[in-house]
Amino acid sequence: MTRPYAGKLDIKHGTVNMSHGSGGRAMAQLIDQIFMFHFDNELLRQHNDQAAFKVNAGRMVISTDAHVIAPLFFPGGDIGSLSVHGTINDVCMSGAKPLYLSAAFIIEEGLALCELERIVISMAKASREAGVPIVTGDTKVVEKDNGDGVFITTTGVGVIPDGINISGERASPGDVIILSGSIGDHGMAVLSSRENLSFETTLQSDSAALHGLVKSMVEVAPNIHCLRDPTRGGLATTLNELALQSSVGMILDEQSIPVKAEVSGACELLGLDPLYVANEGKLICICDAADADRLLTAMHSDPQAQDAAIIGKVVADEHHMVQMQTSFGGSRVVDWLAGEQLPRIC
Amino acid sequence: MKYVNEFRNGDIAASLAIVIANEVDSDRDYRLMEFCGGHTHAIFRFGIQDLMPENVTFVHGPGCPVCVLPKGRIDNAIKLVEEHDVILCTYADLVRVPASKQMSLLKAKANGGDIRMVYSTQDALQIARQNPDRQVVFFAIGFETTTPPTAVAIQQAKQEGLSNFSVFCNHVLTPPAMRHILQQDGDQSANINGILGPSHVSTIIGTQAYAFCATEFHTPMVIAGFEPLDVMQSTLMLIRQLNSGTIAVENEYTRVVTAEGNRKAQAIMQDVFELRPSFEWRGLGLMPDSALQIRDNYADWDAEQRFDIEEICSSDVKSCLCPAILRGLNKPTDCKLFGTVCTPENPMGACMVSSEGSCAAYWSYGRFRQPDNSRTEQKMQEKST
Repeated sequence: MTRPYAGKLDIKHGTVNMSHGSGGRAMAQLIDQIFMFHFDNELLRQHNDQAAFKVNAGRMVISTDAHVIAPLFFPGGDIGSLSVHGTINDVCMSGAKPLYLSAAFIIEEGLALCELERIVISMAKASREAGVPIVTGDTKVVEKDNGDGVFITTTGVGVIPDGINISGERASPGDVIILSGSIGDHGMAVLSSRENLSFETTLQSDSAALHGLVKSMVEVAPNIHCLRDPTRGGLATTLNELALQSSVGMILDEQSIPVKAEVSGACELLGLDPLYVANEGKLICICDAADADRLLTAMHSDPQAQDAAIIGKVVADEHHMVQMQTSFGGSRVVDWLAGEQLPRIC
Repeated sequence: MKYVNEFRNGDIAASLAIVIANEVDSDRDYRLMEFCGGHTHAIFRFGIQDLMPENVTFVHGPGCPVCVLPKGRIDNAIKLVEEHDVILCTYADLVRVPASKQMSLLKAKANGGDIRMVYSTQDALQIARQNPDRQVVFFAIGFETTTPPTAVAIQQAKQEGLSNFSVFCNHVLTPPAMRHILQQDGDQSANINGILGPSHVSTIIGTQAYAFCATEFHTPMVIAGFEPLDVMQSTLMLIRQLNSGTIAVENEYTRVVTAEGNRKAQAIMQDVFELRPSFEWRGLGLMPDSALQIRDNYADWDAEQRFDIEEICSSDVKSCLCPAILRGLNKPTDCKLFGTVCTPENPMGACMVSSEGSCAAYWSYGRFRQPDNSRTEQKMQEKST
C-alpha cells in the first residue's frame, strides 16, 4: 500500500503537534508508525474506521473506561497498561470472556513522541498478554495546557458464557464476601510517585487483567452472585455500591482484610485509610456460603489471588450500611468515600 | 517496633476493657472530654466506645483546628486568591471548609484560583522559590503542633530574602480553649469529670502547660496518645484518679511527651510569634490571648500586613449546633441538620468538615449505632473464663 507521507517519524526527538490530530498526512503517519505498528493485528490491518467480527449467539457485554492519571508512569505500570487492564476488568466482572478493545487517545500538544510510544508499547504488551486485541481506535490532539499529557479511553466487548448471571443486585443475606488480595497497592504506588509527594517505597501498582482469574472462578462456581473490582473509592466505596444495589447490609471483619505493611505505613503517614485507596488488580466476589470453599481453592491456585480471603458477610439491613468489626474489638460503619480522600493535618 | 499495629492490639484492648469494667464505680458517671479531634477519630475508627462500660461517656472537645477556624478567615484566603492572584498553599483538609456565599477553597480552585495542597511548609517555600514572579501565601493553621514548622519557614524566608513568600497566620493555642470550656458554668457547662489531654500538641508545650486544669479547676487530665490503646489506658488512668479523689495532670504518652516539652521548638515559636490579643474561634467566639500573630521583626513575611487583610465577621448557619457541640454541650445527633442537609459532602457546620470533627466522625463511623454492649460483655466473659 502506498503511504501518503514520506520517511519516518522522529520518535526519539519529536513531539506531538496539532497537525497530528488534523486528519492529514501527519496523522496518518502517527497512526501507522506508532499505533498500527505496535497494536498490529488482522482487524487493524484492514484500515477501516470500524472493526467487523463474527460473534457467537449469547449475551454480549460492553464497557468503557476513560483513563486520566498523573503521573503517566508509576511503579508497576503506566496509563497504557492501566487502560487495557481497567476495561478488561470491567468487562469480565460480568463473568464474560473479553474479546476486543477499542482505544481513543486525546493527546496534549507537546507530548514527546517517545513517551507516547512507550505508552503504546505498554498497551500492546498488556493487550497481547491478555489475549484481547485492540481492533479500532481514534486519535485527537488538544492544545497545550488543555490536557494532562494523554487521556486514553478504551471500550471492551465480551461474551458471557451461558448460565452465568453475575450482577450487582444479587447479593443476599447469608452470602459471603471474598476479596482476592491486598488492598491499596495501586493508589499508594501512584501517590508515591507524585511530583509533590515523592516518597521511597518498593510498592508496585497491582494493575492486572483479571479475566483469567474470573474464568477459573466461574468454572468452579457458576452461581457467583456479584463480582466487582474495587478501583476508585477503594474497597469501602465498592462494597457500599453493592450494598445499595442489592438492598442489603454487610458486616466486615477488619482482621481478615489483607493490607501490606508498606501500604498501611504510608497511609498512616499521610492520614489516609487503605479501605478507600484505589486498586487495579483486585476483585470482590459475593457468593453463596456453600460456594466459598471451592472458590477460595480455585483463587489460591491463581498467582493473582493467593491472598484471597473471606472478609465478611451479607446481612439484612434496611439502611444498607456496611459495618466492620474492628481488629481492636469495636465496631463501626464503613461509609462511602466523601469527596476526595484528603490528608489530615495532624 | 513500627508504631502502627502495636498500639492497636485487640487482645490487649479486651484485657484493658475488663480492667476498666472492674474498676468503674457503677454508681457514678464518668464524662470524659477528649480534647483533640485525633482522639475523636480514633474512638470512632476503632470502635472504642463499644469496649467501655455504659457509664463511661466520651464528650468531644474543640481540638480540631480545621473545625474552629472561623469562616471569615477562609473568606480572607479566597479573597487573596481572587483579588491578589496569589498562589495559596494550604493543608489539604482546609479546602472543603465552607466559607461565605457557599464558597470554599475547593470551589475557588475550580473557578481558576491557584490553590495548591501541600504537605509541609517546606513545599510552600519551594513553590515560592520556583515562582519568583508570583506572590505565594502559606495558609498557616493548626495548634502548637504545626506552629514550629511555620515559624521555621518564616525564619528561612527571611534568611533567604524570599520576598514573594508570606504567611497568613491562623495558629491557635490549646490551653486558652481548655480554660474557656472549664470556666463555663450553669447550662453552659459541659459537666465533664476529666480530660484526655492533647498528644501531639503536648510534645511541643509539655504537660506542665495544663497544670491549671488540676490546680484551678480541680479536673484531672491525662495526656493521651492518639492510638486506641493509648486512649483506653488514659481512660483507665482518669477513672483511677476520679475513684481515688486525686486530681493531677498525668502523662500516658510518655514515649513522646515530657513535662517541659520541646524547648527548641518553643524558642523558635517565641522568636517568630507573639500572642494575638484576641481571636475568634468558630463555636467558642472571641477568646483573648488564644492565638498567635507574627512579630514585627518578621512583618515583611506577614500576609496580613502585606495584603492589608481586613477582619471579616461571617455568621454561621443559625440552626447549626456546632458551637454547642464544640463545647461538649450537645452531641451531633442532637442537631436537626445532622445527616439531613449537613453531610460530609455538603457540610453546613465546622464539625462536619474535617474527618476529625465530631459530626463527621459520627456520620462516617457511627450513624445508626445501636446501644448494644452485649458483645463486649460476652468478650469479657470469654476472657475471664
